[in-house]
Amino acid sequence: MSNVTAPSLVLPHPRAATADHPLARVLLTIAGAFFIALFLLLPLIAIFAQALKDGVGAAVAAITEPDALSAIRMTLIAAVIAVPLNVMFGLTASWAISKFDFRGKSFLITLIDLPFSVSPVISGLVYVLLFGMMGWFGPWLRDHDIKIIFALPGIVLATMFVTFPFVARELIPLMSDQGRDEEEAATSLGASGWQTFRRVTLPNIKWGLLYGVLLCNARAMGEFGAVSVVSGHIRGQTNTMPLHIEVLYNDYQFVAAFAVASLLALLALVTLAVKTFLEWHYADEIAAVHKH
Amino acid sequence: MSFAGALALPSTAWRTRSALPGFGLSLGFTLFYLSAVVLIPLAALIIRPWELGWSGFVEEVTAPRVLAALKLSFGAAAVGAVLNTIFGLIVAWVLVRYSFPLKRLVDALVDLPFALPTAVAGIALSSLYAPNGWLGRPLLALGIKAAYTPLGVVIALTFIGLPFVVRTLQPVLSDLSRDHEEAAATLGASRLQAFRRVVFPALLPALITGAALAFARAVGEYGSVIFIAGNLPLRSEIAPLLIIIKLEEFDYAGAAAVGVVMLGVSFLILLLLNGLQAFVARQR
Repeated sequence: MSNVTAPSLVLPHPRAATADHPLARVLLTIAGAFFIALFLLLPLIAIFAQALKDGVGAAVAAITEPDALSAIRMTLIAAVIAVPLNVMFGLTASWAISKFDFRGKSFLITLIDLPFSVSPVISGLVYVLLFGMMGWFGPWLRDHDIKIIFALPGIVLATMFVTFPFVARELIPLMSDQGRDEEEAATSLGASGWQTFRRVTLPNIKWGLLYGVLLCNARAMGEFGAVSVVSGHIRGQTNTMPLHIEVLYNDYQFVAAFAVASLLALLALVTLAVKTFLEWHYADEIAAVHKH
Repeated sequence: MSFAGALALPSTAWRTRSALPGFGLSLGFTLFYLSAVVLIPLAALIIRPWELGWSGFVEEVTAPRVLAALKLSFGAAAVGAVLNTIFGLIVAWVLVRYSFPLKRLVDALVDLPFALPTAVAGIALSSLYAPNGWLGRPLLALGIKAAYTPLGVVIALTFIGLPFVVRTLQPVLSDLSRDHEEAAATLGASRLQAFRRVVFPALLPALITGAALAFARAVGEYGSVIFIAGNLPLRSEIAPLLIIIKLEEFDYAGAAAVGVVMLGVSFLILLLLNGLQAFVARQR
């Protein structure tokens, strides 16, 4: 800044003592923008650009081809089974943890969070160790002609494992914050446990529950590592969408791979949009950890 | 169960009584489901490798190919965590302290690595950094080969860990009162000194937590890595892929052994980082 003109005349307000130097501000913003563009924006653009490289027709053909449709169906079936089961678990676990006092509670919460710190591949591996051909129950299952690994049940189990904590970890802090006064009032007025849950608890947690279901579903439909271990990659039978993408990509069918990938990328973008909407409009009704 | 009935319940030592019904049922189902889906399968993982015996286990996990894969998974995850710590701090700072157009959109986009399926991220990164890709070609002109090398693994693991540091720092940074910074400025500290002596120490615990989360996620990552890694044994093969290869060879015990070492080492590192975080928080 030169001494010729008084700074106060040039700047509408003098810079506050805690404001960064304008140059630092510009440089930091550029560095942040560069990092975001390089690691987030560019991959996202690449997916859609590659999918549409040969025109919309080729992309649509790749999505509507029988193996792709079978993969889409498999992904939907796995999510439709795994997500409701984890929702049911999330609701019961957070009821037990937030409405009652018992010893070992924080240890129980740690155990519920456990699947988040396990590699997806290990999440699939554990079920192969139990139900695989040479797993603990493998021979018994074979004798009774029950297929778990390389079949739908294995895919559902692996999906359940990786999405296990989502709903519970959203609801436990939320319901603990809300306390138990309203529920106690309802029961003292003669409501049954189920009535209390449906009429009092559920309306209080509906946005938090939706938030948890949203994240749970996104992960369930997109899971790759865990499902890859248990699926067996049988084309047209046990391939989910992410696995189908892998098969196509390794087959050098790049346009087809990116076309199916763009469907999952759209799902991710919709998930982010709804999630952001919930964070803006219902910040008080979802768990405090997400507020920023 | 009626209200009176619930009140009449004897208070056992391990829990205080409550007026609300459903404790036994909800806790019972929770424990059953937790055991069936998570605990019993994980027990199978921990028990399985020991059919090799101690020496067999050690031999399995010290084989050159296994050691190279473990070194790559942990090393690349650490490099990715460091990169995310530096750039995550910058991104969080810019998002909290400055205002600029499309700020909310950028803020929402930070969660993309959480929402985007890993296989999708994997093929996108791979095609970007491949020798004929948008970024691979200019990098190759500079003499840098990114895809199908350990550098590719670092790129994928940086992508996957990106949201953790930003999301851990953001709330701490916006709750941080400016009073101390103001005081520092009044006492004659430059902006850089105020940041180094006042702001940075306050952020350090959250920075360590964010880095630990990014590291933990990256160590086990599979989907976003395998497409860009090239998967050359001893060079660019990650530990999770080695588990899958062993499984395909029906070497269940070997696969479980690698899994147990991965879990054990990440647990130890996280314990250390937690300790460091607690130490730093106490120092303040």
